[in-house]
Amino acid sequence: MSQARVAPVDKPPAAAPPRRRRLPDLGPLPWIGPALLLIFAVVLWPTFEMARTSVLEISRSGLAKGFIGFENFERLLADPGFMGILTRTLAWVVIVVSVTILVSLALASLLNAAFPGRRLVRWALIVPWAASVVMTATIWRWMLDGFYGIINRILLDLGLLSGPINDWLGNPSSAFIWLMFVAIFVSLPFTTYVLLAGLQSIPKDIYEAGEVDGATGWHSYVSLTLPLLRPALLVAAIINMINVFNSFPIIWAMTRGGPGSLTDTTTTYMYKLAFQLLDVGQSAAMAVVNFGVILLFVLLYLRFVDWRRA
Amino acid sequence: MTGVRAPTIRKALLTGIGVLVAFFFMAPYIQMLITALSPADELVSVPANYLPSRFEFSNFITVWEEAPLWGYLRSSLIISILATLLVLVVSLPAAYYTARYRYRGRLLFLLLVLITQMFAPTALVIGIYREFVAIGSVFPAAGVNTYFSLIIVNAAFNLAFSTWIMVAYFSTIPVELEEAASIDGASRLGVLRRVTLPLALPGIITAVIFTFIAAWNEFVIALTLAQSADIHPLTVGVTTFIGQYRVEWQYLFTSSLIAIVPVVILFIIIEKWLVGGLTAGSIK
Repeated sequence: MSQARVAPVDKPPAAAPPRRRRLPDLGPLPWIGPALLLIFAVVLWPTFEMARTSVLEISRSGLAKGFIGFENFERLLADPGFMGILTRTLAWVVIVVSVTILVSLALASLLNAAFPGRRLVRWALIVPWAASVVMTATIWRWMLDGFYGIINRILLDLGLLSGPINDWLGNPSSAFIWLMFVAIFVSLPFTTYVLLAGLQSIPKDIYEAGEVDGATGWHSYVSLTLPLLRPALLVAAIINMINVFNSFPIIWAMTRGGPGSLTDTTTTYMYKLAFQLLDVGQSAAMAVVNFGVILLFVLLYLRFVDWRRA
Repeated sequence: MTGVRAPTIRKALLTGIGVLVAFFFMAPYIQMLITALSPADELVSVPANYLPSRFEFSNFITVWEEAPLWGYLRSSLIISILATLLVLVVSLPAAYYTARYRYRGRLLFLLLVLITQMFAPTALVIGIYREFVAIGSVFPAAGVNTYFSLIIVNAAFNLAFSTWIMVAYFSTIPVELEEAASIDGASRLGVLRRVTLPLALPGIITAVIFTFIAAWNEFVIALTLAQSADIHPLTVGVTTFIGQYRVEWQYLFTSSLIAIVPVVILFIIIEKWLVGGLTAGSIK
């Protein structure tokens, strides 16, 4: 047997009992080959195709007309709306991820405490996680409808609105705030669950030892819980950054990035460039930039997470 | 003294907060149900009403006539079930072998799988679209606007979660258990079938349900690759209720609920195994 077995106890190959074999040993290929094939066909090939397209001139009907170097990237940079989209994307990721983490910390502490009905609260939290994001975003769009939306009715009854009509999603600033709100809403369940798993892995006796040293309540939370939660926090933050950066259905279902491009992020703008503005070359350039950003997040993740242990 | 009663008050307070939190997360879906049960003419009132004057339960029946809901449902089922089967067939042997043997390139394989999980199809949608246009110009049956393209893209991007969670499960099954069965005369496949797979069943079920839900909810690839209405899955199909001049909100949300309720139940079943797989071996 040429490969050593993974733990529990590695025996020297000679000590292994002789084994009847019906098939010749082809090594790992028959086992992992199909998985590799699928990854190559649907992940690596499109990555290559995307990079190739970004340096080609592509006609509006999608035909390649030859190599043009970095011209697609230059046109992207020269795009008058591009800086706004870039700034908005940064705000989108930073605000959505930080608010999600802060609120999730509180939610995870709540769900880590024992109280009657806790299981039902956990189940309620699962709903936005399991439900299709595009459908969740669509119900928010309806609730935020300028004329018939329930949010206007609630705010009117609370005395927070002067009139019954308020087009939240028609105005770019209020639209973007609500988009971020919905992005936080759908990000909370997963993040809370990761942090809850982190909290549950902290041994209880640490708190008892802390009490002896006078660390109770808030003080014990800051000096004991948060440092011990660091690995879970890092994982939650980085996975969230990737998901939020990639988030497409929320913006697409609620505003289509509009009015104009004023609620676009680089992800929705990439899509719009290819499938509405029919500028596939520039869209591929945008996609390459997005790919670079995600790669950065992935490298951060690999740096902080002990993935080799599996 | 409050000493005795403090825990009770604390629990009551926590339950109160819990109820508010649960309501917050359920609220949009409650509104979805209310809208789905409203008569169409009551949805156009300014300001909106909290509840309609009567519940129109027949919306859940007429929607099947008003929209090609059967078609959307059929597409969602075809794509999700076949993608899940493909993921299972491909990731089961890969995960088993990776958990049992230290082969050359093992870490590289795990890394590749992990990176696949991080790159959602959204990031690669332009490349995926162009790839399937290219394939379709040679083999139309495998190009854009086919179930085939939707199935293999969904399978590829869900392979990672499935592989990781199954590697974790197979690693916890002692090799000695398999060896004992093999000394007792079981063939290699017999050992797999009667010892290993049953023990790894929770992991396999989690992987299957998670893949099914992910494919069921997938939006951007279906929006891009499924161009004709007859292969639209539910996620794309329901958006077609949003017409240019009027939106049939009640039908949009009856359809949405039909899509959401089953997967919420499935998700609750696998809840406790999920986090480990999603965070790829980083949290014990």
